[in-house]
Amino acid sequence: MSAVRRAAARSAAVLLLLAAWEGLPRLGVVDPVFVPPLSVNLQAGYDLLLGGQLPEHVRASLVRSLSGFGLAILLAIPLGLLIGWYRPVADTLVPLLEVFRNTSAVALLPVFTLILGIGETTKITFVLYACSWPILLNTISGVRAVEPLLVKSARSMGVGPVRLFQKVILPAAVPAVFTGIRLAGAYAILVLLFAEMVGAKAGLGYLIQDAQFSFRIPDMYAGIITISLLGLLFNLLLVSVERRFSTWRTT
Amino acid sequence: MTTLSETAVRTKIGIRGVGRTFTVRGEPFTALADIDLDVREGEFLTLVGPSGCGKSTLLDLIAGLAAPSSGEILIDGAPVTGPGLDRGVVFQQYALFPWRSARANVEFGLEAKGVPRRERAGRARHYLDLVGLAGFEDRYPHELSGGMRQRVAIARSLAFDPDVLLMDEPFAALDAQTRESLQGELLDVWRKTGKTIVFITHSIDEAVYLGQRVAVMTSRPGRIKEVVEVSFDSREGDLRADPAFGAYRHHVWSLLRAEVAAAQEQERAS
Repeated sequence: MSAVRRAAARSAAVLLLLAAWEGLPRLGVVDPVFVPPLSVNLQAGYDLLLGGQLPEHVRASLVRSLSGFGLAILLAIPLGLLIGWYRPVADTLVPLLEVFRNTSAVALLPVFTLILGIGETTKITFVLYACSWPILLNTISGVRAVEPLLVKSARSMGVGPVRLFQKVILPAAVPAVFTGIRLAGAYAILVLLFAEMVGAKAGLGYLIQDAQFSFRIPDMYAGIITISLLGLLFNLLLVSVERRFSTWRTT
Repeated sequence: MTTLSETAVRTKIGIRGVGRTFTVRGEPFTALADIDLDVREGEFLTLVGPSGCGKSTLLDLIAGLAAPSSGEILIDGAPVTGPGLDRGVVFQQYALFPWRSARANVEFGLEAKGVPRRERAGRARHYLDLVGLAGFEDRYPHELSGGMRQRVAIARSLAFDPDVLLMDEPFAALDAQTRESLQGELLDVWRKTGKTIVFITHSIDEAVYLGQRVAVMTSRPGRIKEVVEVSFDSREGDLRADPAFGAYRHHVWSLLRAEVAAAQEQERAS
């Protein structure tokens, strides 16, 4: 019973939003041309789904964002571990990395386009770039924040540098690495959407932008809802993976 | 005559003219000077001294985590060149790996020693049993109380079977009751295993209660001021109520008093 009540409490705000979205345009409180009722948008989305356009756009977006995201993980985690492990290297590089992190990837899209053209490479590289910074910086700080006493304790048991890294530094850094990955997960969709709005022939960003240009407003909202669901799903997935890897944490 | 005394008291840890100097903000800082001390095989030696006298530094040197600036430390006659599994260290803050269960923490040293996987689990269970943690093998450190965590840490150090146990104020962070029961259990473990134990504490009671000998250190730079032999007619019953306990306690206290005053003076000056 209490589980039902909790579920009700947790979904109340969302349900209210959905009800308002359906009701307010129908009551004429908001202009139904610019904000069509929810059911109209869902119907449009359903049609796009049946027509095969929506799956095509989702596929295009997912391939790009997962490729960029995956490459960022493969690249940034080892690099971050390496940089964090060598303290002098970290001391030198971190200020520079902070500059890059704080330079909005979006501001650099024209540069990417200039160098790599407007194809898939650009979009994947763009996602890769944006996702790398949070993973890299969190990994570095995770490695550097390892409790010195744990290192001392392992060393007292005659553990050499390689095993120390493998058995102490690495597991201790896992939570920080996951924080980075989760941030990157959000970026992966965010920046890709932008790239697709600027120059693409497929993808959810393109769908949303194109629908707006050609005044297919319900299609636009269908695209937005899809993005929102994808984002939620992605985050949920990352959180559950994170839980699996850090059952030992108190929180 | 010589052979007899050699077999009777073999030196396990020889500390010979050991000094340790750091550089702090460009200034040389002498933590330890001219330490000479022999720890006998199978002995329980406690080490007391005013705060900042370099007790922990000395323990680090014996553990091989740092090298002395002068003099040398010998284990079984061979100089210490680094950390090793012939010595186990127990820290005040437990130093358990939070991502490992109690069992896996105990197995850590066994992995380092190269003990085969199948044997590790059995040994871990045995030592967790020995420190009274049977049934808690799968708990993570954050699911254990302070006293239980320290028990895991002790089990971890015992499991890889070092000859020497180096303990740096292991019970200082625990409440009085837990501390007393762990002291009793440690004595039991010591009797059962015959380890040589060097135990740092800032509690005179603890030092006299646990130690066969109590080494008293001076304020910085730390030297050995005196080594007090502690022996009771009987260790049965409430040792702390024994009049001899009070006498030892008072003796160590008088040795420490001047040093503590000097240490406080130093602290104010710096």
